Amino acid sequence: MTHKHVETYARDFRSYCIGGVLALALTALAFWLVMFEILPDFERLIAISILAVAQIIVHFRFFLHISWYSHRDDLQLVLFTSLILFLMVGGTIWILFNLHERMM
Amino acid sequence: MKREPLLHPGLNLGSTDEYAHNEAEPVIFGFWVFLMADLVLFAILFATYASMSVQGQADGPTPTDVFDLPSAFIETMLLLASSITFGMASLALKYKADGLHLVFWLGLTFCLGAGFVGMEVRDFWVMTQEGAVPQRSGFLSAFFLLVATHGIHVTAGLFWMIVLLVQLRVLGRTTAVKLRLMRLALFWHMLDIVWVCIFTFVYLFGVAQ
Repeated sequence: MTHKHVETYARDFRSYCIGGVLALALTALAFWLVMFEILPDFERLIAISILAVAQIIVHFRFFLHISWYSHRDDLQLVLFTSLILFLMVGGTIWILFNLHERMM
Repeated sequence: MKREPLLHPGLNLGSTDEYAHNEAEPVIFGFWVFLMADLVLFAILFATYASMSVQGQADGPTPTDVFDLPSAFIETMLLLASSITFGMASLALKYKADGLHLVFWLGLTFCLGAGFVGMEVRDFWVMTQEGAVPQRSGFLSAFFLLVATHGIHVTAGLFWMIVLLVQLRVLGRTTAVKLRLMRLALFWHMLDIVWVCIFTFVYLFGVAQ
């Protein structure tokens, strides 16, 4: 490795380490909340949802190296896919639960 | 120090292999588009599961009855560890000229991934022994469809890893093999992201409710 590569190696290595530690901490926290029933029911569901979103961002940032420095298309594609997922999943859940309530 | 611009998702080879770095952009972008489409597939399975797990229990077992949380925790740790070791394999691919580091980390990733699949199959087996089979209720159909689709993806990733280990041995670290490893890395990390959603919205939500 040349001198320049030693520096980039350190940075790349650090990226995976930070990502790994953050992901482990977020996972442990989520399981801890549920296994030991830490918060009231509703707050606990909100908390683990937020932890999941945080962990997904950590994975994208540190393992997949998607960031504001990325080639524009990559990040835009992730954001566009997120929009589509949000519409499909949110819409499905909204419609089906509404229908379910009316059928009761 | 100025950052090297990132041409594509995943670890960029950058100045360690300029030729492969420039070759990588279109093929990896194409694979990235496939991965985004794969996420749409999983999203629809999640939406189905979200409604079925509440509305489709059909007097059968509830999520709390059938989920084994400690087992799900171990599976989560195995898959997360395999994501980190694949990161180390990517670093070895980029920086270490000898193949030994790369093969070691890939082998370790394979073992962790195989452990994950093994644990999952064991969980499914225990569930079916308890009568929680896919045809029992809408909840269980949706559960097995979603979680097994992820499991099949991981299994496909394991086969892909074997093929690439053979290619590394036979062809060596050619540009084509490097680009294939980089795409497998993206696939593997993406499956871990899907698993984050599964352990949160299937296992933890199922038990917390």
